[in-house]
Amino acid sequence: MTFVAADTAWVLISSALVLFMLPGLALFYGGMVRRKNVLSSMMHSFVVMGLMAVLWVVIGYSLAFGTGNNFVGGFEHLFLKGIDHNSMTGTIPTYAFIAFQGMFAIITPALISGAVVGRIKFKSYIVFITLWSLIVYSPVCHWVWGGGFLTGEALDFAGGTVVHVTSGMSALALLVFLGKRRGYGVDAIKPHNVTLTLLGTGLLWFGWFGFNAGSALAADKIAALAFMTTFIAPAAAGLSWMVTEWIGKGKPTALGFATGILAGLVAITPAAGFVSPMAAIIIGLSAGFICYKAVMLKGRFGYDDSLDVFGVHGVGGITGALLTGVFVTVGGTGLLLGNSHQLLLQFEGVIITIVYAVICTLAIGFVIDKTMGIKVSVSEENIGLDQTQHGEKGYNF
Amino acid sequence: MRYVIAIIRPERLDAVKLELQQVEVNRLTVSPVSGYGAQKGHLEVYRALEFEVNLLEKIKLEIAVNDNFIQPTIEAIQKGARTGEKGEIGDGKIFVFPLEDVVRISTGETGSEAI
Repeated sequence: MTFVAADTAWVLISSALVLFMLPGLALFYGGMVRRKNVLSSMMHSFVVMGLMAVLWVVIGYSLAFGTGNNFVGGFEHLFLKGIDHNSMTGTIPTYAFIAFQGMFAIITPALISGAVVGRIKFKSYIVFITLWSLIVYSPVCHWVWGGGFLTGEALDFAGGTVVHVTSGMSALALLVFLGKRRGYGVDAIKPHNVTLTLLGTGLLWFGWFGFNAGSALAADKIAALAFMTTFIAPAAAGLSWMVTEWIGKGKPTALGFATGILAGLVAITPAAGFVSPMAAIIIGLSAGFICYKAVMLKGRFGYDDSLDVFGVHGVGGITGALLTGVFVTVGGTGLLLGNSHQLLLQFEGVIITIVYAVICTLAIGFVIDKTMGIKVSVSEENIGLDQTQHGEKGYNF
Repeated sequence: MRYVIAIIRPERLDAVKLELQQVEVNRLTVSPVSGYGAQKGHLEVYRALEFEVNLLEKIKLEIAVNDNFIQPTIEAIQKGARTGEKGEIGDGKIFVFPLEDVVRISTGETGSEAI
């Protein structure tokens, strides 16, 4: 295809926007942990910008977008072999495509960190996300977008299953090895600075316009549609979380509203370029309510998904992926237009992804736990990870 | 000489400072503290998780005064720290101790001169 300057410009800008979500995520998570773990938690979102970026161009991209087979891409683009500045992917240079997709590979493992804050060894975190990126992220990315067996079947506009279902379910699975934070359910483990979390929410939303609208890979009508739905769904989700919490707990909390916005962003991700803005309102309202209920599950079942990665990304991603099968009217037909088969395909995509992500995470977690250990010692956990893992403190006064 | 420690509501600090200035007590140490007593705690909600908070934020005042200032000081704190006319549970307490000696670090003055 021929080179289109506008498309290239938009994808490059979108790539930068997605990278900007990392400091957003760092603030979002950092504000919710206790002050002794603030840097460690933020570092989980920062170190991926180094590690995943290098890993992506060395091998990840090839595994995700190489020709390969139905399951995983091949090794033909190892070290970006066979690609230069003249290579094209659709209407944009392949380098722009690699950069954009690289940002997704960066943020996805960082999402998992929210479940395990305050108790994972930094060294083990590095090893875990490296293996996870190669074993889980790249293959699933290949299935859905890179020519694998789900490509053209299950609809996933910007990563509802590839990014959010994989990270949300893996976060839950990883808790098998990390358990609860000490004092969970006994001491009041509260966010140390909700204002950081609110600022982080804003940065995430800002960056998410690149994440979703950039996934059109063109500066076209679909990009504008995805932008609109990314604008509307989180708005509706923030409101629905706020109202649900207001009725249930008596107060409309700022943290709740922010979490609702995030739930809406997650849920609209698979649907962004496929559904109308009115459908986006329904998806957003559903996501706010459903994720609120999902977050309350941990109280009932007693697991410590510390920052609700499963409750928001896992459940929100599943909700969005399934509702995409209901509301798709652009570039496909869903249940709303009488095509129940699409919903079945969405369901299939979600189930396969969940099973694969959970099994692989359990395997990787098991090996790390048995070899290098995955959890810090009791005394390190009590002192805090900033001091014990990184030798510094977030606040000195 | 007496040493006065008072625990008051944070929102009454400015009023107490004003009352102390009226009786010409112009030296004061303030620190944020938390504690609990007769006043019950409150509920905080973070992502639908409820936390019963029973340590409440208070302000601690510390003032060293000469004997002739002790009564006006106590009255000023009481006047400034009381909520409404009658006062409410949670308005705080005033503790008064005998004070053995005071040394002004810069000049070396001691006793009531140094206060």
